[in-house]
Amino acid sequence: MKNRLHLFLALASLNCATYAAPQAFDFKDPKGVNNAAFKLDAPLEALSGNATGISGKVTFDPENPAATRGKIVVATSSLHVGNPMQQQHMLSDKWMDAAKYPEISFEATDLKNVRTPGDSTTADVTGTFTLKGVAKEITVPAKLTFLKDKLGQRVPNLKGDLLVIRSNFSIRRSDFGIMPGQMEEKVSDTIELTLSIAGASPR
Amino acid sequence: MSKMVFRAAAMLLFLAALVSWLARGANWGWTKTSVPVQRTDEVTGITVDDYQKRFVPGIDFLGAASLGSGILAGASLLIRSRQPQALS
Repeated sequence: MKNRLHLFLALASLNCATYAAPQAFDFKDPKGVNNAAFKLDAPLEALSGNATGISGKVTFDPENPAATRGKIVVATSSLHVGNPMQQQHMLSDKWMDAAKYPEISFEATDLKNVRTPGDSTTADVTGTFTLKGVAKEITVPAKLTFLKDKLGQRVPNLKGDLLVIRSNFSIRRSDFGIMPGQMEEKVSDTIELTLSIAGASPR
Repeated sequence: MSKMVFRAAAMLLFLAALVSWLARGANWGWTKTSVPVQRTDEVTGITVDDYQKRFVPGIDFLGAASLGSGILAGASLLIRSRQPQALS
Protein backbone atom coordinates (compact mmCIF):
# COMPACT_ATOMS: atom_id res chain seq x y z
CA MET A 1 0.00 0.00 0.00
CA LYS A 2 2.84 2.33 0.97
CA ASN A 3 4.71 1.49 -2.22
CA ARG A 4 1.62 2.25 -4.29
CA LEU A 5 1.25 5.61 -2.58
CA HIS A 6 4.88 6.44 -3.33
CA LEU A 7 4.42 5.42 -6.94
CA PHE A 8 1.29 7.58 -7.22
CA LEU A 9 3.07 10.58 -5.70
CA ALA A 10 6.05 10.09 -8.00
CA LEU A 11 3.81 9.91 -11.07
CA ALA A 12 1.80 12.94 -9.92
CA SER A 13 4.93 15.02 -9.40
CA LEU A 14 6.24 13.90 -12.80
CA ASN A 15 2.94 14.90 -14.37
CA CYS A 16 3.06 18.32 -12.70
CA ALA A 17 6.65 18.76 -13.80
CA THR A 18 5.66 17.95 -17.38
CA TYR A 19 2.96 20.61 -17.38
CA ALA A 20 5.11 23.17 -15.61
CA ALA A 21 8.02 22.80 -18.01
CA PRO A 22 8.48 25.59 -20.57
CA GLN A 23 7.20 24.69 -24.01
CA ALA A 24 9.21 25.20 -27.18
CA PHE A 25 7.33 26.96 -29.97
CA ASP A 26 8.49 26.75 -33.57
CA PHE A 27 7.72 29.89 -35.61
CA LYS A 28 8.15 28.41 -39.07
CA ASP A 29 4.54 28.78 -40.12
CA PRO A 30 3.08 26.35 -42.67
CA LYS A 31 0.16 28.74 -43.27
CA GLY A 32 2.46 31.59 -44.25
CA VAL A 33 0.73 34.26 -42.17
CA ASN A 34 3.66 35.10 -39.91
CA ASN A 35 4.88 38.50 -40.99
CA ALA A 36 6.91 41.52 -40.08
CA ALA A 37 5.50 44.66 -41.67
CA PHE A 38 7.61 47.79 -42.07
CA LYS A 39 6.90 51.39 -42.94
CA LEU A 40 9.15 54.36 -43.65
CA ASP A 41 7.78 57.83 -44.28
CA ALA A 42 8.56 59.37 -47.66
CA PRO A 43 7.38 62.59 -49.35
CA LEU A 44 5.12 61.16 -52.07
CA GLU A 45 4.07 57.90 -50.48
CA ALA A 46 5.19 55.94 -47.42
CA LEU A 47 7.47 53.05 -48.26
CA SER A 48 5.72 50.03 -46.83
CA GLY A 49 5.92 46.30 -47.20
CA ASN A 50 6.44 43.12 -45.28
CA ALA A 51 8.61 40.09 -44.78
CA THR A 52 7.18 36.60 -44.49
CA GLY A 53 10.33 34.50 -44.32
CA ILE A 54 10.10 34.03 -40.57
CA SER A 55 11.57 31.26 -38.45
CA GLY A 56 12.86 30.80 -34.93
CA LYS A 57 12.12 29.17 -31.63
CA VAL A 58 10.71 30.56 -28.39
CA THR A 59 10.36 28.80 -25.06
CA PHE A 60 7.29 29.87 -23.15
CA ASP A 61 5.89 28.71 -19.86
CA PRO A 62 2.21 29.64 -19.34
CA GLU A 63 2.83 29.44 -15.59
CA ASN A 64 5.84 31.74 -15.79
CA PRO A 65 5.69 34.03 -18.86
CA ALA A 66 8.52 36.17 -17.47
CA ALA A 67 10.90 33.30 -18.25
CA THR A 68 10.16 33.50 -21.97
CA ARG A 69 13.28 33.31 -24.11
CA GLY A 70 13.97 32.74 -27.77
CA LYS A 71 15.07 34.03 -31.11
CA ILE A 72 13.06 35.13 -34.13
CA VAL A 73 14.75 35.30 -37.51
CA VAL A 74 13.55 37.11 -40.63
CA ALA A 75 15.06 36.24 -44.01
CA THR A 76 16.24 39.53 -45.54
CA SER A 77 15.45 38.30 -49.05
CA SER A 78 11.77 37.95 -48.09
CA LEU A 79 11.38 41.73 -47.62
CA HIS A 80 8.86 42.91 -50.22
CA VAL A 81 7.51 46.22 -51.46
CA GLY A 82 5.14 46.81 -54.38
CA ASN A 83 7.43 48.95 -56.52
CA PRO A 84 10.06 46.86 -58.38
CA MET A 85 12.68 49.61 -58.41
CA GLN A 86 12.30 50.23 -54.67
CA GLN A 87 12.49 46.46 -54.12
CA GLN A 88 15.75 46.27 -56.03
CA HIS A 89 17.23 49.25 -54.17
CA MET A 90 16.08 47.95 -50.78
CA LEU A 91 17.88 44.61 -51.14
CA SER A 92 20.98 46.12 -52.75
CA ASP A 93 24.32 46.56 -51.00
CA LYS A 94 23.59 50.27 -50.36
CA TRP A 95 20.53 49.53 -48.24
CA MET A 96 19.90 46.08 -46.71
CA ASP A 97 22.67 44.17 -48.53
CA ALA A 98 20.62 40.99 -48.50
CA ALA A 99 23.40 38.97 -50.13
CA LYS A 100 25.88 39.73 -47.34
CA TYR A 101 23.40 39.92 -44.45
CA PRO A 102 20.74 37.27 -45.16
CA GLU A 103 19.14 37.44 -41.71
CA ILE A 104 17.54 39.97 -39.40
CA SER A 105 17.05 38.66 -35.89
CA PHE A 106 15.80 39.43 -32.42
CA GLU A 107 16.92 37.35 -29.45
CA ALA A 108 14.94 37.90 -26.25
CA THR A 109 17.02 37.91 -23.09
CA ASP A 110 14.76 39.48 -20.47
CA LEU A 111 11.11 40.38 -19.84
CA LYS A 112 10.00 43.21 -17.58
CA ASN A 113 6.64 44.70 -16.57
CA VAL A 114 5.02 41.33 -17.17
CA ARG A 115 1.24 41.32 -16.84
CA THR A 116 -0.95 38.31 -17.52
CA PRO A 117 -4.65 39.00 -17.54
CA GLY A 118 -6.15 35.70 -18.80
CA ASP A 119 -4.42 34.00 -21.72
CA SER A 120 -2.52 37.08 -22.83
CA THR A 121 0.70 38.45 -21.44
CA THR A 122 2.05 41.91 -22.07
CA ALA A 123 5.66 42.70 -21.33
CA ASP A 124 8.61 44.86 -22.22
CA VAL A 125 11.00 42.48 -23.93
CA THR A 126 14.69 43.26 -23.93
CA GLY A 127 16.89 41.54 -26.43
CA THR A 128 19.52 41.79 -29.12
CA PHE A 129 18.26 43.10 -32.43
CA THR A 130 20.61 42.37 -35.32
CA LEU A 131 20.20 44.16 -38.62
CA LYS A 132 22.73 44.44 -41.43
CA GLY A 133 25.36 42.90 -39.18
CA VAL A 134 24.90 45.47 -36.40
CA ALA A 135 23.68 44.07 -33.07
CA LYS A 136 22.04 46.40 -30.55
CA GLU A 137 20.17 45.82 -27.32
CA ILE A 138 16.65 47.19 -27.53
CA THR A 139 13.50 46.92 -25.44
CA VAL A 140 10.18 46.53 -27.20
CA PRO A 141 6.60 46.11 -25.99
CA ALA A 142 5.10 42.74 -26.82
CA LYS A 143 1.87 40.85 -26.37
CA LEU A 144 2.00 37.07 -26.07
CA THR A 145 -1.21 35.09 -26.39
CA PHE A 146 -1.20 31.44 -25.37
CA LEU A 147 -3.78 29.42 -27.30
CA LYS A 148 -4.02 26.09 -25.55
CA ASP A 149 -4.95 23.08 -27.72
CA LYS A 150 -5.53 25.28 -30.77
CA LEU A 151 -2.84 23.79 -32.99
CA GLY A 152 -5.24 21.15 -34.31
CA GLN A 153 -7.50 23.89 -35.69
CA ARG A 154 -4.65 25.14 -37.88
CA VAL A 155 -2.90 21.88 -38.69
CA PRO A 156 -5.30 18.93 -38.87
CA ASN A 157 -4.27 15.70 -37.10
CA LEU A 158 -1.81 17.58 -34.92
CA LYS A 159 -2.35 18.24 -31.21
CA GLY A 160 -0.67 21.02 -29.34
CA ASP A 161 -0.67 24.68 -28.44
CA LEU A 162 -0.09 27.96 -30.22
CA LEU A 163 1.69 31.08 -29.09
CA VAL A 164 0.90 34.35 -30.84
CA ILE A 165 3.37 37.21 -30.46
CA ARG A 166 2.58 40.76 -31.52
CA SER A 167 4.82 43.77 -31.23
CA ASN A 168 4.95 47.31 -32.61
CA PHE A 169 8.15 49.28 -32.31
CA SER A 170 10.43 51.66 -34.16
CA ILE A 171 14.12 51.63 -34.94
CA ARG A 172 16.40 54.10 -36.69
CA ARG A 173 18.07 52.84 -39.83
CA SER A 174 21.09 55.03 -39.10
CA ASP A 175 21.68 53.03 -35.88
CA PHE A 176 22.18 49.93 -38.00
CA GLY A 177 24.39 51.38 -40.69
CA ILE A 178 21.68 51.67 -43.34
CA MET A 179 22.62 54.79 -45.31
CA PRO A 180 23.23 56.78 -42.08
CA GLY A 181 22.56 60.48 -42.55
CA GLN A 182 21.77 59.97 -46.23
CA MET A 183 18.58 60.25 -48.29
CA GLU A 184 16.59 61.30 -45.20
CA GLU A 185 14.67 63.82 -47.33
CA LYS A 186 13.49 60.89 -49.46
CA VAL A 187 13.14 58.08 -46.92
CA SER A 188 12.76 58.67 -43.18
CA ASP A 189 15.38 57.52 -40.71
CA THR A 190 12.67 55.90 -38.58
CA ILE A 191 11.42 52.46 -39.52
CA GLU A 192 8.11 51.42 -37.97
CA LEU A 193 7.92 47.68 -37.45
CA THR A 194 4.92 45.48 -36.72
CA LEU A 195 5.55 41.86 -35.86
CA SER A 196 2.65 39.38 -35.98
CA ILE A 197 3.72 35.78 -35.59
CA ALA A 198 2.39 32.47 -34.33
CA GLY A 199 4.43 29.52 -33.15
CA ALA A 200 3.40 25.91 -32.74
CA SER A 201 4.20 23.49 -29.95
CA PRO A 202 3.01 20.03 -30.95
CA ARG A 203 2.52 17.29 -28.38
CA MET B 1 1.45 65.79 -92.92
CA SER B 2 4.32 64.47 -90.71
CA LYS B 3 3.68 67.26 -88.26
CA MET B 4 0.11 66.10 -87.85
CA VAL B 5 1.21 62.48 -87.37
CA PHE B 6 3.64 63.45 -84.56
CA ARG B 7 1.04 65.59 -82.82
CA ALA B 8 -1.62 62.94 -83.10
CA ALA B 9 0.81 60.33 -81.72
CA ALA B 10 1.68 62.65 -78.83
CA MET B 11 -1.99 63.17 -78.01
CA LEU B 12 -2.75 59.46 -78.35
CA LEU B 13 0.13 58.47 -76.07
CA PHE B 14 -0.91 60.93 -73.38
CA LEU B 15 -4.59 59.95 -73.56
CA ALA B 16 -3.80 56.22 -73.50
CA ALA B 17 -1.62 56.69 -70.41
CA LEU B 18 -4.24 58.87 -68.72
CA VAL B 19 -7.07 56.42 -69.41
CA SER B 20 -4.92 53.50 -68.21
CA TRP B 21 -3.97 55.41 -65.05
CA LEU B 22 -7.61 56.35 -64.33
CA ALA B 23 -8.91 52.86 -65.11
CA ARG B 24 -6.45 51.27 -62.67
CA GLY B 25 -7.45 53.40 -59.72
CA ALA B 26 -5.75 56.78 -60.30
CA ASN B 27 -2.86 55.88 -58.00
CA TRP B 28 -1.11 59.05 -56.78
CA GLY B 29 1.83 57.02 -55.48
CA TRP B 30 4.59 55.17 -57.34
CA THR B 31 3.91 52.53 -59.97
CA LYS B 32 3.54 49.04 -58.52
CA THR B 33 3.80 45.61 -60.06
CA SER B 34 2.36 43.83 -57.04
CA VAL B 35 -0.34 44.89 -54.61
CA PRO B 36 -1.13 43.77 -51.07
CA VAL B 37 -4.24 41.69 -50.47
CA GLN B 38 -5.13 41.12 -46.84
CA ARG B 39 -5.61 37.62 -45.45
CA THR B 40 -6.55 36.83 -41.86
CA ASP B 41 -5.86 33.58 -40.08
CA GLU B 42 -9.04 32.64 -38.23
CA VAL B 43 -7.36 30.78 -35.36
CA THR B 44 -4.60 33.24 -34.49
CA GLY B 45 -6.25 36.43 -35.76
CA ILE B 46 -3.03 37.37 -37.57
CA THR B 47 -3.51 39.48 -40.69
CA VAL B 48 -0.94 39.32 -43.46
CA ASP B 49 -0.63 41.24 -46.72
CA ASP B 50 -0.17 38.73 -49.53
CA TYR B 51 1.39 40.45 -52.54
CA GLN B 52 -0.34 39.55 -55.81
CA LYS B 53 1.09 40.45 -59.20
CA ARG B 54 -0.86 43.35 -60.65
CA PHE B 55 0.27 46.41 -62.56
CA VAL B 56 -0.90 49.64 -60.97
CA PRO B 57 0.44 52.71 -62.79
CA GLY B 58 1.45 55.60 -60.58
CA ILE B 59 2.31 59.21 -61.19
CA ASP B 60 5.78 58.23 -62.44
CA PHE B 61 4.01 56.30 -65.23
CA LEU B 62 1.86 59.35 -66.00
CA GLY B 63 4.96 61.55 -65.87
CA ALA B 64 6.88 59.29 -68.27
CA ALA B 65 3.93 59.28 -70.69
CA SER B 66 3.66 63.08 -70.45
CA LEU B 67 7.39 63.40 -71.16
CA GLY B 68 7.10 61.06 -74.13
CA SER B 69 4.15 62.91 -75.59
CA GLY B 70 5.93 66.23 -74.95
CA ILE B 71 8.98 65.00 -76.89
CA LEU B 72 6.76 63.88 -79.76
CA ALA B 73 4.90 67.20 -79.78
CA GLY B 74 8.22 69.08 -79.59
CA ALA B 75 9.62 67.04 -82.47
CA SER B 76 6.66 68.05 -84.57
CA LEU B 77 7.80 71.68 -84.26
CA LEU B 78 11.14 70.77 -85.83
CA ILE B 79 9.54 69.42 -88.92
CA ARG B 80 9.31 72.01 -91.65
CA SER B 81 6.06 72.34 -93.46
CA ARG B 82 6.36 71.75 -97.17
CA GLN B 83 6.22 75.15 -98.83
CA PRO B 84 3.90 75.38 -101.86
CA GLN B 85 5.96 75.79 -104.99
CA ALA B 86 5.80 79.28 -106.38
CA LEU B 87 4.31 79.60 -109.80
CA SER B 88 6.73 80.95 -112.32
